[in-house]
Amino acid sequence: MMLPNLPLFPERASTIGAGVDHLYFFLLAVAGFFATLIFTLVTFFAIKYRRRPAWNKAQPIDGSLPLELLWTAIPLALSMVMFFWGAGLYFEHARAPRGAAEIYVVGKQWMWKLQHPEGRREINELHVPAGRPFKLILASEDVIHSFYVPAFRLKQDAVPGRYTSLWFEANKTGKYHLFCAQYCGTNHALMAGWVFVMEPVEYERWLSGGTGSETMAMAGEKLFENLGCANCHHPDGSGRGPSQVGLFGSKVVLAGAPPVIADEAYIRESILNPAAKVVAGYQPIMPTFQGQISEEGLLQIIAYIKSLGRGGKSGTGQ
Amino acid sequence: MSEPRESYLNAGYGLKSWLLTTDHKRIALLYLISITLLFFVGGALAGLIRVNLLTPQGLLVGAETYNRLFTMHGLIMIFFFLIPSIPAVLGNFLVPMMIGARDLAFPRLNLLSWYLFVVGSSLAIVSAVTGGVDTGWTFYTPYSTTYSNSHVLPMAAGIFITGFSSILTGLNFIVTIHTMRAPGLTWFRLPLFLWSTYATSIIFILGTPVIAITLALVGLERIFGVGIFNPGLGGDPVLFQHLFWFYSHPAVYVMILPAMGVVSEIIPCFARKRIFGYSFVAFSSVAIAVLGFLVWGHHLFVSGQSIYAGMVFSFLSFLVAIPSAIKVFNWTATLYKGSIAFQTPMLYAFGFIGLFTIGGLTGLFVASLAVDVHVHDTYFVVAHFHYIMVGGAVMGYLGGIHYWWPKISGRLYPEAWARLSAVVIFLGFNLTFFPQFLLGYLGMPRRYHAYPPEFQVLHVMSTAGSTILGFGYLMPLVYLLWSLKYGPLAGSNPWGAKGLEWQTPSPPPTENFEHTPVVTEEAYAYSGEEAEQHV
Amino acid sequence: MSEAGSALATQFDDLDQQHDAATLGMWIFLVTEIMFFGGLFAGYAVYRSIYPQAFAAGSRLCEIALGAINTAVLISSSLTMALAVRAAQVGRRRAVVVLLVATMLLGTAFLGIKFVEYGHKYAEHLIPGSGFAYTGPYAQQVQLFVCFYFAMTGLHALHMVIGVGLLGVMAVLAARGRFTPAHYSPLEVAGLYWHFVDLVWIFLFPLLYLVDLHK
Repeated sequence: MMLPNLPLFPERASTIGAGVDHLYFFLLAVAGFFATLIFTLVTFFAIKYRRRPAWNKAQPIDGSLPLELLWTAIPLALSMVMFFWGAGLYFEHARAPRGAAEIYVVGKQWMWKLQHPEGRREINELHVPAGRPFKLILASEDVIHSFYVPAFRLKQDAVPGRYTSLWFEANKTGKYHLFCAQYCGTNHALMAGWVFVMEPVEYERWLSGGTGSETMAMAGEKLFENLGCANCHHPDGSGRGPSQVGLFGSKVVLAGAPPVIADEAYIRESILNPAAKVVAGYQPIMPTFQGQISEEGLLQIIAYIKSLGRGGKSGTGQ
Repeated sequence: MSEPRESYLNAGYGLKSWLLTTDHKRIALLYLISITLLFFVGGALAGLIRVNLLTPQGLLVGAETYNRLFTMHGLIMIFFFLIPSIPAVLGNFLVPMMIGARDLAFPRLNLLSWYLFVVGSSLAIVSAVTGGVDTGWTFYTPYSTTYSNSHVLPMAAGIFITGFSSILTGLNFIVTIHTMRAPGLTWFRLPLFLWSTYATSIIFILGTPVIAITLALVGLERIFGVGIFNPGLGGDPVLFQHLFWFYSHPAVYVMILPAMGVVSEIIPCFARKRIFGYSFVAFSSVAIAVLGFLVWGHHLFVSGQSIYAGMVFSFLSFLVAIPSAIKVFNWTATLYKGSIAFQTPMLYAFGFIGLFTIGGLTGLFVASLAVDVHVHDTYFVVAHFHYIMVGGAVMGYLGGIHYWWPKISGRLYPEAWARLSAVVIFLGFNLTFFPQFLLGYLGMPRRYHAYPPEFQVLHVMSTAGSTILGFGYLMPLVYLLWSLKYGPLAGSNPWGAKGLEWQTPSPPPTENFEHTPVVTEEAYAYSGEEAEQHV
Repeated sequence: MSEAGSALATQFDDLDQQHDAATLGMWIFLVTEIMFFGGLFAGYAVYRSIYPQAFAAGSRLCEIALGAINTAVLISSSLTMALAVRAAQVGRRRAVVVLLVATMLLGTAFLGIKFVEYGHKYAEHLIPGSGFAYTGPYAQQVQLFVCFYFAMTGLHALHMVIGVGLLGVMAVLAARGRFTPAHYSPLEVAGLYWHFVDLVWIFLFPLLYLVDLHK
């Protein structure tokens, strides 16, 4: 809805947008109803019972249990409707559909760096096709940022030291604001950009453009070599460290701790703080790479490891 | 003019008699002076913010300065104005009087509270004038611990010290209300202002120490370069958020409960009726205090917190809305078949009901998980909390100041000017903050010194409103000061109100009562007889 | 009546009310102290659950013998404190002073032993910050443990110092005969504070010194 130069309601460009807006309208209706009710009653009583010679005496009515129960029960019931509706939507929004394509996002003061696994990189811009679900893996190099696309009705903080994620499916082509929504220092307001939702064909064309960039997995493989990981981590598991073939998504048996699933966070921690979780049957001799690898580099290695196969096998080597 | 009667105001002249006083009424005035100064500092900062936002590129200041402006505005208004305001001024003045006591349980501790406040707020001012802080009032880490090169330490120290001022005040109030009530003054005969003050004091006691230790840890991290909240050194930035909001959410109930208490005093008096549903209103104050400690995670819905935690906090946040709704319905019902007069305190009470209702209802939006994901960290939240803190708490504060001004000063203020400023404030407030709801849902984030041009019209409307609002706040400053010298003498009970504080002269003698009163009737025992037009 | 008269503050109606107010006031103050330490305990709990091995390693850096001696010292001081309050109840003025001084001495001994412990940490380069030099695994998280060690025991020690000062004031008042069986609530209230500080240590000692004892 727009008057010239005076927008009053945001565009909607994702599949979950309608659900959020409908809940919003319900909240508006309830709030509007109760605000109007109170305003009307107060005004009406103030006028009708204003003190004047003809009405100089208050009636001593000071309580009514039925009324108290009524105006406790009704707000409680309405609140529960609102809670369940909102929580239900939230639960859906929290779980990316299986097979959602991934895009990796690193926030830093004061820009967004995005990497498509196929290789294209963007700064402060995100190109996606309509009609396909995407999962953004968010990281931060320094302080907390927040990736916010109002047209999608979605945001998620990018927290240093961990990965967070956000999924969406865009359903309307166009150009939409991207904002940083967590105060992060001087140029917080300038850490903004655009999301371009394209027709799928155009997106494919765009994706294969760019300056012949290698895929993230290839970049990750190069890092794996250059940082010396390959010296200990042989694909057949014969080295001093476990193999990463089929690692991602599999259950890893640890020494002296319950098993974990090898997800992005596990891999990141294993590189930066290897002593935290040692795979059963291996010595705790891996050095830390803290300070030697950037957040983007970590994501590239993760992409490389994902390319080596996923899930199912235990982590003891073969 | 007759010889001035001996009262707490003239019982001893000179700076020493004021700066070393243990009289709760004088301490209340010392607080009044301090927080009024700080309110106008905070307000000036708000004015600069709004002027800067007149243009999309930022009209007045650059990013670095702007970031300090909104941080200092938030810190000063929250920690050094709103949190002390009603408890330290009206609470200190009225708690002993409303229970028929000569003073609080610990008068010297009360004076210490004020000095702690002065030291703490002075450190904050030192931080401000040497360049201020740019972390946002929420001090999120690791920005505040590692990346910001602003004056975090003196500010954190100032808040830490001021926190102890609150703690001691809360302690004083709880002990006083428990042990020093006049004969016949049972719990369920207490004025509702005392129920609210009591609930607020519980929050002071349980919540404030946590923010103190959290800020101390931030300070340690800055000084020693350790990693308590810095992930680069093994720490967890989200842990900071949990610890911070564990206090800072209940803190918002510290800001609103006393204002609700004031409204519960004003409405019976100007409707000449006992409050409707006394025990429900009383218990709802306690319920708000208790539930208020269970909802802090609703500030962390998109922080990386588990979605199950998010659901629990959202559920509890909806529950905490219910007692506030109960109060609003009870205030409204009190008006039914009352005999209603429209003196200034009542205008503020009406304004409070309207604006708090809107603010509280918009709380449902942010409590709702899916909607909050969209509006978190946008102007929607800014509008929501200003409706409650300014539309609610500040109007309650001003209503209380006007209501008890005759008792405190012995003078009446000029009614026409007072009513006019109440209306100006109400209108200016709405014009300032209603457009911000629209800005928020459109997606305009908070803490932005510059913004996309399509948001400009709404920002200009908001700034226009803030000009009117600022003018509205200056008016009481002028005419209340004027009334001290030129206002007509008030007499002990110009409003014909019930309540022990109205049974002594205005201004009261130092010991409040010549003889300890004995209470034989319920609170607000307006008998339904013909109401006199007192004032 | 002059003794009772001078003991009764003007805002109170009688000594009983004053006593009730003083005791309630101290209990509420102790609740705030629980919340104050509670923030540190909460942070400790979170990090210990995330980094169990690092916290076990950090705990092994703490000197159990000194900590155990300190625990015994502090428990004894609570005994002498309780006996001091008892002595006041039965009007034995000299005993009150002697027991208060004994409590102070035990408290000072505690602080002295703490000082020695801190000195050892300094000598071993285990003060958090730029000088921290721990060569085992999980160094960062061990530093986090040591941060909490210093923050928690440091805050506790600060409370001990204040407590010793408070007891000094009480001892002087007692020597001047200000406490009688009818009016000894300042002493009782000081006793509550002292017992609380002791209780905090009872929690600190196992949490900091006795993690993973059997390794």
